[in-house]
Amino acid sequence: MRFTWFNLMPWPYLPDDFREKHRSVWVDIPNTLYDPRKGHFVYHQYMDQLEYAESLGFDGIGCNEHHQNGYGLMPSPNLIAAGLARRTSRAAICVIGNSIAGYNPPIRVAEEFAMLDVISGGRLVAGFPVGTPMDTNFCYGQIPALTRDKYGEAHDLIMKAWAEDEPFAFDGKYNQLRWVNCWPKPIQKPHPPIYIPGGGSIETWDFCLDHDYNYSYLSFYGYLRGKSLLDGYWERVARRGKDESPYRAAFAQIICVADTDAEAEALYAEHCLYFFNRCLHVFPPFADPPGYRTVNTIKYGALSQLRMEAQLIMQGLTWKQLVDERFIIAGSPETVRQQLEECITGLRIGHLFCLLHTGNMPDWKTRHSTKLFAEKVMPHLRHLWPEWKHDDRWWIHPMDERLHPEEGRPGAEKPRQEWRP
Amino acid sequence: MKTRTVETRKGCRCRVLEGGSGMPVVFLHGAGGLLADNPFLDRLASRYHVFAPELPGYGESTGEERLEDMLDFTLHGWDVVAALGLRRPHLVGHSMGGMIAAEMAAVAPSDLDRLVLVAAAGLWLEAHPIPDIFALLPAQLVELLFQDPERGQQLLTGGVDFSDMEAFKAFYLGQQRRLAMAGKILFPIPNRRVSKRLYRVTARTLVLWGAADRLIVPAYAEQWARLIPGATVRTIPDAGHMLPYEQPEAFVDALVRFLG
Repeated sequence: MRFTWFNLMPWPYLPDDFREKHRSVWVDIPNTLYDPRKGHFVYHQYMDQLEYAESLGFDGIGCNEHHQNGYGLMPSPNLIAAGLARRTSRAAICVIGNSIAGYNPPIRVAEEFAMLDVISGGRLVAGFPVGTPMDTNFCYGQIPALTRDKYGEAHDLIMKAWAEDEPFAFDGKYNQLRWVNCWPKPIQKPHPPIYIPGGGSIETWDFCLDHDYNYSYLSFYGYLRGKSLLDGYWERVARRGKDESPYRAAFAQIICVADTDAEAEALYAEHCLYFFNRCLHVFPPFADPPGYRTVNTIKYGALSQLRMEAQLIMQGLTWKQLVDERFIIAGSPETVRQQLEECITGLRIGHLFCLLHTGNMPDWKTRHSTKLFAEKVMPHLRHLWPEWKHDDRWWIHPMDERLHPEEGRPGAEKPRQEWRP
Repeated sequence: MKTRTVETRKGCRCRVLEGGSGMPVVFLHGAGGLLADNPFLDRLASRYHVFAPELPGYGESTGEERLEDMLDFTLHGWDVVAALGLRRPHLVGHSMGGMIAAEMAAVAPSDLDRLVLVAAAGLWLEAHPIPDIFALLPAQLVELLFQDPERGQQLLTGGVDFSDMEAFKAFYLGQQRRLAMAGKILFPIPNRRVSKRLYRVTARTLVLWGAADRLIVPAYAEQWARLIPGATVRTIPDAGHMLPYEQPEAFVDALVRFLG
């Protein structure tokens, strides 16, 4: 079992009345709510936390891409990853990922990911999301009904650019490049492990299976709600005659660990509620532009996935609901262990993206939760999937003799005193 | 009106409402498609031979995957005219249909008789940004489309009872499919640079607008008239963006006065 410490990088200063005053945390959130001087400290705090996670033995550290988004401060996750590549030397750097339909030309992603793989000594996990409609359509102007097609072309271009040893011409529908010649190329051959984060489009399953990529279901609604989708995925895996390695799948889960269940509530409730009540407050039409989801996907989800409904669930959530309905896994190490085992085996996942920083959680609490997880939870779950323990098809293959550029520098293992403005 | 299906040479199958006799008039619908009732078409058919084709992706029309960009939509318009066997019809386009009709008139100026642009999309004025129809709640959309939103709601849904989940689902899926198609030429900004090509239009042109259009405000009518040689503007009171549906009589009267 592999664990990646993941930070969504939320803006922690959304006002108390954010939900009442503003219609969306995403796309048209007033950018006057962002304060770059505070942002300076926030970025460093979050990047420190990612480095801290490596020092505690997490297998990977990760971030993703969002635009115009109050809960995601990474329009360019590659910049964050570049910083991490210089400050770590062991953990996988999981960029989950670049929304390649929005890059013009997408060869830029082939180049930047190759740079990251080279700087990190072969530690890049490369994510290729189709991109949320908020990001790809409303912020980056891509036509919803053509997004998936454009995504497919961008993917083909990037993979070919990594594979070919000679310059080639690419005559695409959306990209015409007479001289494609990726320079530099990644260390990992034939390419870094590819993760396809999905929000719930069933077309993504076949895409993953066609290419043997990892399917990562990134949901904030927990494993009980994630189950029907992953069951569908595994059915598809079986029907396609693929092996059932749990490493074909990953899941993201919000996790809070404290010494006791009661302490978990006392420490983390306000930050989790901040996340669910403010950070997930999205104007429903931004989540569902016509054409983004295919008719098949809409039918599969029937109306249960209507984003409107999701917004209704968010209203007036309590800690008890979050915990009871397993939106989050929170409590003592024992509680978290039990529930996570249920999550991991129930979904049949080999990779867990651990969201151990949530909402506006302060640094010390994040570290407290992370440390308890690393010491008292992770070791007990490592040995799930014993029959697949040698399966490294979906993991990094770094150079053995690589540099350790972080050594001899002031450590991220201790929290900074000066980050709070 | 009766319905028939034509297949274009490209392989799209389109349902066409057809009625009346006389001079051929082709009506191109807007992004929402033809509604359940289209009384203005019946009225128009009492004087002309009316054809109202539905775009692929709308209703029973198929082949939407074959049309991806503005040129595809434009040539599809002419392919349908050819499939119907029409020569030099009048073209009347509403909203997105106006955008397509204007493009058709620019690429093949000799192939139509007269051109009527009704609350046409296709231009962009920085001083009058058009609301993003892809990011609206249903109630907001109705507010923008109709002068009288309450009546508009009924017209738009064709009396479907949304407390019936199956009926709602069917409507929702249809709407997703229609707007997915419309997005190919309207998203994210409904401007595919027809303004650069309008100098080519030689058809006599009428620009028809609802005075209370809140979606594409009447300032756009003036802009069309500035860009199309010799075009005239006519504004109809007590009508919003869905002018043909809100004021069918005044709408048809204006057409008759112009088309003769």
